[in-house]
Amino acid sequence: MVRRFLALALITTASALVPRIWAQQISLTGAGSTFAYPLYSTWAYQYHKVHPNVEVNYQSIGSGGGIRQLIAGTVDFGATDGPMTDGQLAEAQRKRGTAILHFPTALGADVPAYNIPGVRAELKFTPAALAGIYLGKITKWNDPEIQKANPGVKLPGANILVVHRSDGSGTTYCWVDYLSKVSPEWKSKVGVGTSVNWPVGLGGKGNEGVSGLIRRLPNSIGYIELIYAIQNHIPYGDVQNSAGKFIKAELNGVTAAAAEANKTMLADFRVSITNSNGAEAYPISTYTWLLIPVKMTDQTKAKALKAFLQWSLTDGQKYTTPLAYAPLPGVVAQKELQQMKRLQY
Amino acid sequence: MGNIALSTPEVPVPVRGLDRKQGWVERLRKGDEVLHLITFAGGWSIILITVLLVQHLWVYSRLSRHAFGWHFLFTSTWDPVNGLFGAWPFVYGTLVTSILALAIAIPVGLGSAIFLAELAPRSLSNGLTFLIELLAAVPSVIYGLVGIFLLIPVLTTFMPYFQKVFGWLPIFQGTFYGVSYFSASIVLAIMVVPFIVSISREVLIAVPISQREAMMALGATKWEVTWQAVVPYARQGIMGSIFLSLARALGETMAVTMVIGNVAQVSTSLMAPGYTIAAVIANEFTEATGDLYLHALIELGLVLFAVTMIINALARLLMLTMKGHEAAA
Amino acid sequence: MSKKYPSFSRRFKNYLMFTLTGICTLLVVSVLFTILAYLLWHGAHALNLNFFTKLPAPVGQAGGGVVNAIIGTLKLLVFASLIGVPIGLIGGIYLSEFAGGWSGFAVRYTTDLLNGVPSVVMGIFVYTLVVLPMHHFSTFAGGVALGIMMIPIALRSTEDFLRAVPRSLREGGLALGASKSETIFTIVIPAAIYGILTGVMLDIARVAGETAPLLFTAFGNQFDSPGWLQPTSSLPVVIYNYAISPYDEWHQQAWAAGFVLLSGLLAISILARVVLARGGKVSHG
Repeated sequence: MVRRFLALALITTASALVPRIWAQQISLTGAGSTFAYPLYSTWAYQYHKVHPNVEVNYQSIGSGGGIRQLIAGTVDFGATDGPMTDGQLAEAQRKRGTAILHFPTALGADVPAYNIPGVRAELKFTPAALAGIYLGKITKWNDPEIQKANPGVKLPGANILVVHRSDGSGTTYCWVDYLSKVSPEWKSKVGVGTSVNWPVGLGGKGNEGVSGLIRRLPNSIGYIELIYAIQNHIPYGDVQNSAGKFIKAELNGVTAAAAEANKTMLADFRVSITNSNGAEAYPISTYTWLLIPVKMTDQTKAKALKAFLQWSLTDGQKYTTPLAYAPLPGVVAQKELQQMKRLQY
Repeated sequence: MGNIALSTPEVPVPVRGLDRKQGWVERLRKGDEVLHLITFAGGWSIILITVLLVQHLWVYSRLSRHAFGWHFLFTSTWDPVNGLFGAWPFVYGTLVTSILALAIAIPVGLGSAIFLAELAPRSLSNGLTFLIELLAAVPSVIYGLVGIFLLIPVLTTFMPYFQKVFGWLPIFQGTFYGVSYFSASIVLAIMVVPFIVSISREVLIAVPISQREAMMALGATKWEVTWQAVVPYARQGIMGSIFLSLARALGETMAVTMVIGNVAQVSTSLMAPGYTIAAVIANEFTEATGDLYLHALIELGLVLFAVTMIINALARLLMLTMKGHEAAA
Repeated sequence: MSKKYPSFSRRFKNYLMFTLTGICTLLVVSVLFTILAYLLWHGAHALNLNFFTKLPAPVGQAGGGVVNAIIGTLKLLVFASLIGVPIGLIGGIYLSEFAGGWSGFAVRYTTDLLNGVPSVVMGIFVYTLVVLPMHHFSTFAGGVALGIMMIPIALRSTEDFLRAVPRSLREGGLALGASKSETIFTIVIPAAIYGILTGVMLDIARVAGETAPLLFTAFGNQFDSPGWLQPTSSLPVVIYNYAISPYDEWHQQAWAAGFVLLSGLLAISILARVVLARGGKVSHG
């Protein structure tokens, strides 16, 4: 009786697995940015519809993770919103024997999202307010720095619960890059990176984790990518830009931020567009990049990756605006298609 | 006639049968040596795997070990930007949550075990034990799931009242946000209670009836019999279950990381969020940019492994000494 | 007038303490029921056909499922059993039939040690052992991690059940002229087979719920994982990722996946005990 049961179990398992084992699939593995995850998961889904034999498996583990796994060679491509440093590029060259190229795919925004019971208004944050909150200097919601920018709103005297990322994150990179530009104290005390030594706060894993924490914990504030705030109905505030205007994170603001930077776009696309100069620019905007190795050992995968990249820079762009990302400016996309010629496959 | 027997010594003639010694070729052909070799290889492959494990942990943590030495265990800074790593917040968190979990689980578990072994009718006892052992089969991630969506909201509702009464104690101060050492300890306690109940109940039932009868003959109440005769007799097994639970609690990853808050800080208040060794490895391993960072995390793994090994060794030592006492008694 | 014996205080203590123990038991059992009931309630709600047949949809889109996670878990368990069960079995035979003195002690001690290794440390080990050299996360690596975790329990239960076979059976075999290996394979193991099988089933149930080692070995996949050398999704990892996400839809799916996983584990555990009871002629009680 036992033998029959075992045989049955074996046959069932085998028959379930065989068709899927023997399918002629090309499977590309990528990992990184949670910032761009909603976009990339949609791209993978849509691309699979157009090319059913290609599966783009993208894992949202944070930009730091994407860079790490790319250097270690365990994924085919990476994704990040904090560009790789020269040191990391050199490490990749050493360990994988290939250069890594940055390809911007879309533009997004970090927003200060909050959960204050009883406050539904759209708050306005000055740079000093945000820096103070994250440095742990401003501890209550009705602190004058916050209140003076929001005269009509009744802010409670409750403690602010700061939420940040517990993992290595490009969203963090964008946020602390902005804070370093507007607050010399932040720059000297904490600095810039995908993972920093936070003075205060609770850690959430990925944009997903931070959004989850903000939703659950009253009187909290955290920084997340715009689409996460929208999809989860979390209120988010306006930020004062370098021209003094309070801008809400929207396509126009993000595109305006990019427009300034495009004038001095670097050849390798590793440009920071936080706190940029335009009057309508949203100050905490960023490009998000795909990290593509120049040389790949598996030629089938390489060709599939190249085709997917091409698609994402052209057809894929139409999926950006419904998800609240700004599409690439035309001139940038053109330059990237040129850069694709450097790929050795 | 007599001398013939002495002058021709008997030579043993090989005969088929059981009275001859088997050469090793014979044994090989019959398969015994082969099986012995195969099973020997199987058994020792486990030793090989364990040695390999320790070696990998050692080698892949060398950057961090060379950079920080023993200070690693006592420094509190965890700063990936500047490459400064200290394990103390995680060691602290691991110890606090495990000890608190045991402090909750031991009385409750032992109490249940006593009830199930001594008081409950056998069929009820068997049924309830079966159900409690099912708790042991629930995976950690499901405890985490229930922890996030059931335990934390419940605790958040009741904590203000609790803090009104006990809030003067430093360990209960500070705003409670749900994710905390306290929540993690409760989840861990729930996870280890089934082990304590199951094993303790077994050893309590196994106590010979003569022990109980002797106490009863002296006029003791049932509780006195239990507490003063039965439980001490079974203390070896009970201590074993406690050590097993401790080892389990120290290494628990998923349920803890989902309810502890994941903040690398040391806090005297149980209401504050914290971090454990296992949780930080799970969260930051795939994202550790830079070799030093990765090696620091692996060194944490090495620390955890060492602690588990020490607890194991202590448990065995304790069992040996306890056995000695038993033999003497 | 004689006092009642034993004294009131002692009788009171008796009732009090036993009532407390009863309360402890009630506490433990009610916790169990709460967890199961909550899981049942929320999980059953979210179960639908899509859940079992569809791949995950992009965030924000409804109608996705976790079929790739279910298949992934099954694949991982098959692979883990292929590694863990033979080694555990062979090691168990060694300890029960052949091992003497210090060799047996060394193997037993190391097995206990391996058993106590936290699952996240096992994940680190297999990452450095398999994933880095292979330059790929894979079902293979995940299977290796779970397989190594299966070895100690498989070994312990095999040894226990083999030892429980009475010496008379073994001696009978030897007396009939069988070699030691023939005795083991034709008499001892069949006598203990139900117990060994039970041990293997409980072992599988134990590793099926492990999450931490899979995070660094099998990684994750939003599609099916072809073959054995690609990353794969699995139920425990899906539960973890969906539970800490902010999307209500994913929370629902986490509950449903938890329900499916726990039902599977409980079914295996109960089946294992049934098998043990049925074949319990020569197994230890």
